[in-house]
Amino acid sequence: MAIGLTHYLVLGAILFSLGLYTVLTRRNAISVLMGVELILNSANINYVAFSHFSSGNVDGQIYAIFVIMLAAAEAAVGLAIVLAIFQLFHTIDVGAVETLKE
Amino acid sequence: METNLAPLLPSAEVVLTALSVLLLDLFIRKDEKGLLVWISLIGLALAGGMALFLWGSHEGAFQDSILLDDFALFFTELFLGAAAITILSSVHYVRETNIHEGEFYALVLLSTFGMILMAAANDLILFFLGLETMSIGVYILTGMWRERSQASEAAMKYFLIGAFATGFLLYGIALIYGAAGSTHLGRIASALGQTKSHGSIILSAGVFLLFVGLAFKVAAVPFHFWVPDVYDGAPTPVSAFMAVAVKAAAFAGWARIFLYQLSPLQSEWTLPLKALAILTMTVGNLLAISQSSVKRMLAYSSIAHAGYLLIALVAGGESGGQALLFYLLSYAAMTFGAFGVLIALKEGENDHEAYSDFAGLGFKRPFLGMAMSLFMLSLAGFPPLAGFTGKFYLFRSAVVAGHIDLAIIGALNSLLSVVYYLRVIVMMYMEEGGAEGKPFARAPYLYLAIAIAVLGTVYLGVLPAPALDLSRISFISLH
Repeated sequence: MAIGLTHYLVLGAILFSLGLYTVLTRRNAISVLMGVELILNSANINYVAFSHFSSGNVDGQIYAIFVIMLAAAEAAVGLAIVLAIFQLFHTIDVGAVETLKE
Repeated sequence: METNLAPLLPSAEVVLTALSVLLLDLFIRKDEKGLLVWISLIGLALAGGMALFLWGSHEGAFQDSILLDDFALFFTELFLGAAAITILSSVHYVRETNIHEGEFYALVLLSTFGMILMAAANDLILFFLGLETMSIGVYILTGMWRERSQASEAAMKYFLIGAFATGFLLYGIALIYGAAGSTHLGRIASALGQTKSHGSIILSAGVFLLFVGLAFKVAAVPFHFWVPDVYDGAPTPVSAFMAVAVKAAAFAGWARIFLYQLSPLQSEWTLPLKALAILTMTVGNLLAISQSSVKRMLAYSSIAHAGYLLIALVAGGESGGQALLFYLLSYAAMTFGAFGVLIALKEGENDHEAYSDFAGLGFKRPFLGMAMSLFMLSLAGFPPLAGFTGKFYLFRSAVVAGHIDLAIIGALNSLLSVVYYLRVIVMMYMEEGGAEGKPFARAPYLYLAIAIAVLGTVYLGVLPAPALDLSRISFISLH
């Protein structure tokens, strides 16, 4: 069986759903961050697959590189914020960091 | 191949200023950091001058993925002004809180660069990159007051939710790219026209995800839950910057993408957008009433105002676009002012953000009291201030487009909002024993920022014609 566009799209959708599930269920800030990375990479798979199979140009592959760069920048900032949280609260449980109230 | 770099001029100037501020920050002594304020302001003024000089031109760069039209320039000026006011009102704040000055100003400038890209981008990927440049800068700004746990908490919440929304947006753009074969807005629009492909599931899913991602950024209900905590925890000048500039940038993108290029799809999203507008206004106003902190009240009020602005997007067309741009201007003036007065109440470790801290302010600091009264009345929509004129045109655009119900709900919501805005004024003039408020001598820059906001609020309310013309011309230049 030849691997076609549909297979990649399904893979991307599965990865997106896994990322979504991780973000919504995990309490650990770093796990949430990993869920976000999954979502970004599922979009990358779509870009590359669409670029290869349907659009006839390499734009999508270049976008994937943009997104990888951006995910790195975002991870750097995110981890720095998590580090600051750990210094102040001694935990990175998203639910435990709750001082702002109505 | 010749590359036309003119469309990049104002934004490049902002980046250069940011980099010079970062570099200079390394070499100057701590008591001389005031210089950085001036460099930032001069850089912003130069960029503003360039944008004025380029006014009226219509060009594109990088295969038309960046456009230079009056719409982009209008928002460029708005963002530059917002950055300047943010810097003016944070001069004293950053010194009191030991935030690193150079990095703070540089990040404000870099986020401004991202916003300008968002307004000028004619390509979804470029729009996305601008949005991320802006967002990453603002995530850091939110958490820059390292000693304060609330600021770090706000930064974490903002970051996680922002990154999540980013994922939606990016996945949506990927699907649109797949369905249309390009991320260039013009080519997407022509693909829509040719193949009647707007029945395709992939494209609808892509547009839906893009819609959700943008709704997170403008803080529309039900994607608003992060706003109160983030605005509350962030340093107050950053809250103001987020409430005004970040929101305006997201609306700029929304207007360019949905009101112009993808407008053939208008009929499909009118209903969900209308529901979003009604929910956002009503929930924002209802929750604002029960707050005891003025900063949180302003956060909810910013949600409610996002709802009013969504009315213009539902209405669409020339009158909707004009009302959107004009209301963003008025909203910027009154919101910056209100947050500015809040900054003036801060003394050392104590933020003085509760309603009771405003007690007697009208007599202790007559200027602050008068200014805050103006901003509150304007936010509530009393004539002849900017908020009234802005709302008038918003509701009018809804009526013109045949959404009379939306205009009525909007007007009822403004009535509702009077309750919590007037409470501040009542506190200031009828109670006693609140915070002292900084005198002019201790915070001249902040007073300057508040004075500019007062002028803007009054001017846009009393003489709206020039600004309205400007908004109309800018919006028309999209087509």
